[in-house]
Amino acid sequence: MNFDYSEEQNMLKESIVRWAQDSYSFDQRLVGAESDTGFSKEHYSTFAELGWLSVPFSEEVGGYGGSVVDVAAIMEEFGKALVVEPVFPNLILFGGLLQACNDSAVKAELIPQVIDGSLMGAVAMYEPQARFDVSNISTTATETSDGYAISGVKSVVLGGAHASKLIVVARTAGGQTDEAGLSLFLVDANATGVTLNAYPLMDGQQVADIEFTNVPGQLISELNNAAPIIDEVLTLAHIALCAEAVGIMEVLNRTTVEYTKTRKQFGVAISSFQALQHRMVDTFMSYEQAKSLLVGTLCELTDERTSEQRAVKIVNALRTLIAKTGKHIGDEAIQLHGGMGLTDEMSVGHYVKRLMMINLMFGNGDFFQHQFNQAAYNS
Amino acid sequence: MDNSFSAADIEFQQEVRDFFKVAYTDELRRDVEAGENHKQVMVEWQRKLNDKGWFAPDWPVEVGGTDWTPVQKFIYETERCDAGAPDVVPFGVRMVAPVIFTFGNDEQKQRFLPRILSSEDWWCQGYSEPGAGSDLAALQTKASKDGDDYIVNGAKIWTTYAQHADWIFCLVRTGNFEKRQQGISFILIDMNSEGVTVNPIHSIDNHHSLNEVVFDNVRVPQANLIGAENQGWTYAKALLAHERTSIAGVADSRRWLRDIIELAKEQTNYQGKLIDDPLFQTRLSNIEIDLMALEYMELRVLAKLSSGDTPGPESSLLKIKGTEIQQSLQELRMQTIGAYSGSLHLEHFNNDLQRLGSYSRRAYMYGRAATIYGGSNEVQRNVISKAVLGL
Repeated sequence: MNFDYSEEQNMLKESIVRWAQDSYSFDQRLVGAESDTGFSKEHYSTFAELGWLSVPFSEEVGGYGGSVVDVAAIMEEFGKALVVEPVFPNLILFGGLLQACNDSAVKAELIPQVIDGSLMGAVAMYEPQARFDVSNISTTATETSDGYAISGVKSVVLGGAHASKLIVVARTAGGQTDEAGLSLFLVDANATGVTLNAYPLMDGQQVADIEFTNVPGQLISELNNAAPIIDEVLTLAHIALCAEAVGIMEVLNRTTVEYTKTRKQFGVAISSFQALQHRMVDTFMSYEQAKSLLVGTLCELTDERTSEQRAVKIVNALRTLIAKTGKHIGDEAIQLHGGMGLTDEMSVGHYVKRLMMINLMFGNGDFFQHQFNQAAYNS
Repeated sequence: MDNSFSAADIEFQQEVRDFFKVAYTDELRRDVEAGENHKQVMVEWQRKLNDKGWFAPDWPVEVGGTDWTPVQKFIYETERCDAGAPDVVPFGVRMVAPVIFTFGNDEQKQRFLPRILSSEDWWCQGYSEPGAGSDLAALQTKASKDGDDYIVNGAKIWTTYAQHADWIFCLVRTGNFEKRQQGISFILIDMNSEGVTVNPIHSIDNHHSLNEVVFDNVRVPQANLIGAENQGWTYAKALLAHERTSIAGVADSRRWLRDIIELAKEQTNYQGKLIDDPLFQTRLSNIEIDLMALEYMELRVLAKLSSGDTPGPESSLLKIKGTEIQQSLQELRMQTIGAYSGSLHLEHFNNDLQRLGSYSRRAYMYGRAATIYGGSNEVQRNVISKAVLGL
């Protein structure tokens, strides 16, 4: 029994820590975050040079061959540094579906470009009417003489504002909310019939709503049977987001404790007040809960004896807990910073906004708790 | 990262499982759940454990313990709770014994430890006083030297099962120093000594387990002093972290949760089963998800212990979260059962549900103590604030 990251994983984490110390101060980060793209291409190339972009990909396509634990290890550090560069949409979503798809030519061509940082991709999955329901897909793909034509609207496409390639989840059979009948299509983002409405989210990332009108697409999954690989990639995405959130929570708690030690009121540091001390103990406890369940989930997901039902349970438990503890820690961080917590010049608000965004991605606390309940109790 | 047990651990798990299946008989289960003759039933059970050599897993092997690793202890606890078997009465085996075998002299070890193992002596704990609860160092019970003896005067309170006890271990004041913690000694007092009075305290669970113990010129041989005079605080504190880890009660809570789920499958709600009610499911999962996290919090502490570290202030986290979960489970079981949970009956029950209801009521009411004893949860927060956060 061992709940620590391995030596190699720690080295990977260390390399991110060093880079962030040298090149990613709060002000340095803002240069990219406030630019037109919402991130720094220069930093992103550095990520490629340092090998971080290869972590989730198999060795046969030039990747590092990392497990879900390796992904969590780097995402936790990216969370601590509040990295705004599009690691998540490119590596976990776009890269994840590429790796899971069944078109080996596409894999061999595109994954190396994701790894070297030259290709920006995005997954167009959720739709305006669907909220968090990934099966609620009305975008259609109709067979044509030389492939498929895609029509429909996708919302809040992460990485969508600057992607050159898109993977679109489209319906090829069944009714609007059926899990069966979904397929994946590779689409050129510059193709005729693609209309992009880009906008920023509160955490700084640039996303887009995308309308497709008879856009040519290349089928890259088994026809009508993309649901299992979407599920697989979403599981990895949940873990990646939770690991990032845990990193963020650690920083928020640390920053808040440090702040209360320096802020003086009534002639003393406000950290000397028991009312505040107990609140900080409670946020520390929330962090320890989240970190512990993350570690537990990583152990169970990499253990072949874990049943499918147990995996569903623990992943949804983790996301439910992250939503709860994230809200708790985020709210308290701002409250304990007092008026300063509301200012844009302090990092606290920026971390909180990313945490809030994570807890709106692919579900919220209630959504995940409902999934948990169904897996755990329904008779 | 890896949460799996070794092959040896899995073998051990099977051995423990087999033992409980045979040793914890249906008859014993009925007696334990009935809650009558508490002392007699517990002594019978503890002797069964001792015959197997498993009554004192935390003790060193040379005084009758086991060489179990922290992981094996975890497995043992899990299997015990799965079998529904009760925990041992902790005051002798888990509280005073470690002080005796760590800080006591050879004569004291030989005199007291075997009688704890055989459950011949029943112990109680004399720490809190009417004027010293969370602020334990304010204790006033005084031991003054007189020849070879101490003369003890004062009162202890919240003394669980003092009415059954043969011995009480006490923190008493033997000196006055600027630092209050310095003048405290750890002594063992025979409950049959002249001048010891036990006054029952009737608690809100309608049971008698708590007492006040009054000492009026009680003569105690100085041979009953553990370690050095005025060092008692250090001895007591050294063992608190251990106590807090076991207070988390993860395995017990898991068992409670499972029982509630089973119960909710039988109970009806509107037209269907209670277990299918989304509101009920959410109440359950609020607790279960916290419990899953607590389980890994505990395992992470165990993994640290296995690699040779001592339990640190993180045991306070386990205590806070563990007791909060226990209390929410106690409440949910009452809610699951319904009005029978108000049932006060102690002898005659109309049906099993009423019996369980009465048992649940008692557990809930007495369960309020968990966030108070062992250092109240607010005191634990002070500990973490100081030791972990540096506030």
